Amino acid sequence: MDSQAISTKDLCKDFRVGFAMRKVRVLHGLNLEVQRGEIFGYLGPNGAGKTTTIKLLMGLIFPSSGQISLLGEEIDKPPVRSRIGFLPENPYFYDHLTGWELMDYCGRLLGMEKAPRAARITELLERVGLREAAHTPLRKYSKGMVQRIGLAQALIGHPELVILDEPMSGLDPIGRKEVRDLILSLKEEGKTIFFSSHILPDVEMICDRVGILIDGRLKEAGVLEELLETRVESIEITVREANLGVLSRLQLPLSAQPLQRGGKILLSVPHEQALQDALSRLMREGVRIVSIVPQKETLEEYFLKEVQLSPRPSGEGK
Amino acid sequence: MKVLAIVLNTFKEAVRDKILYAILIFALFLIGGSVVLAALSIGQEAKIIQDLGLSCISLFGTLIAIFLGIGLVYKEIEKRTLYILISKPIYRGQFILGKYFGLSLVLLINLAVMGTGLFLLSRVYLGKWPWLQILALAFIYLELLVITGIAILFSSFTTPTLSAIFTLSIFFIGHLSPDLKLFAARFGRPSSRFFIDFLYYLLPNFRHFHWESSIVHGRPLDHAILIQSASYGLLYGASLLLSAILIFARRDLK
Repeated sequence: MDSQAISTKDLCKDFRVGFAMRKVRVLHGLNLEVQRGEIFGYLGPNGAGKTTTIKLLMGLIFPSSGQISLLGEEIDKPPVRSRIGFLPENPYFYDHLTGWELMDYCGRLLGMEKAPRAARITELLERVGLREAAHTPLRKYSKGMVQRIGLAQALIGHPELVILDEPMSGLDPIGRKEVRDLILSLKEEGKTIFFSSHILPDVEMICDRVGILIDGRLKEAGVLEELLETRVESIEITVREANLGVLSRLQLPLSAQPLQRGGKILLSVPHEQALQDALSRLMREGVRIVSIVPQKETLEEYFLKEVQLSPRPSGEGK
Repeated sequence: MKVLAIVLNTFKEAVRDKILYAILIFALFLIGGSVVLAALSIGQEAKIIQDLGLSCISLFGTLIAIFLGIGLVYKEIEKRTLYILISKPIYRGQFILGKYFGLSLVLLINLAVMGTGLFLLSRVYLGKWPWLQILALAFIYLELLVITGIAILFSSFTTPTLSAIFTLSIFFIGHLSPDLKLFAARFGRPSSRFFIDFLYYLLPNFRHFHWESSIVHGRPLDHAILIQSASYGLLYGASLLLSAILIFARRDLK
């Protein structure tokens, strides 16, 4: 248990909705394990239950059943939260405070002493590029600045585990890159990062493992490369010194029409067996093979397929 | 230290709100304006000034307590600023205590400003320092602490509009409940008597906090009753605070 930064066991959450207080289950027996030191991307379409999971992890809402453990400790003990940094989705901070005052407030809530608190605030504001705006009221911050001060406050207590809810949401490409770089640098410092996102290219770029949540159920969780490796869509063979007429005579087991590009022809076969068959025929004919590249599914394609395969939510509760 | 951080943030939020200053200036203006009314009376100037001044302080203190108190918790949930707080190593009870004492500090400073104005004005008209006025102000403050407790209790589970309706209703019933009890005892049927008695004991009796009239008119004060009233206010306030903490401790912050 201790090697895990986050562990949930059969975690369920019901909400009461409407005038009749109908019970609707939004999270169904979630078993999630995040190892220490990894970047874990928590994916899912809107309404899948990502934010609900994060709120449960942070103790903002309570589970209907099941268990949660963070850094090997039960979450109903607030002291464990001194080892965790959290950035909520679309964060909003006190209008009446400046960036520095917000950081100072957060540092005080963590019980930090004055001198180390001030030093840490200076360091973090520098790190997120808000040193110049430190004494500007938060109401004058742009969305990107709010997101950055949110990240800074999440890191003030030197957390071992950082939980970020949609940290790239609403940011421009430069802002997203800055957040990605920050997450990677946190990993280098040995921290565990758990973040939800629907910006899949970002997730694909930085995550060690991902979990896909659909309709409150964890569809899949694992190492990104392994998840996508098992899903080779086709294998592309590039050949040269051949013509389309010769190739069609070979009756290759192709999955798509050959494409001619300059002096090269691109052939696509559906799987490894077909590849072996095609290669032996091509070599027999003396066709020069330039490259063989398996075409893997991107995270986006994989994600979309998983979402489409899932039955649409009926809207009925448990 | 953590509760103190929340107290200071709540205080800072209130004092950076311009509405508070508008209320304070208006209250000081009215206290000063009591001089005009006092001039209409003959030989009762000091009493009129003290009477009107203390009523003014009580009224504006109540307005601040209710209208800041009803949004105290709800606003933090609605704006999601609470997410940052609760994700830090604090107990929810510490949050409620911090918000409550933050507003109590705002009320204390407001009361001190208004009270000082009245104290100096009364000195001019009385020709001596009205020391007992401080006792009246202390009881008004105690009343404000109870009202803040009611507002924060409702704020911990419902919207500001409903909190305002509930708190104002309790404020009025709490002022009238001794009369209602007397009325029911004389004329009511047993069932209505039971209901009125129930309300009387459940809801706060704000009469315990109003000694202005006795002080201004120089009537003797019974120390035992004063101590009893003060204890009642402190215990009632503490039980409201405890209820708010218990409700908020299990509330889902959606």
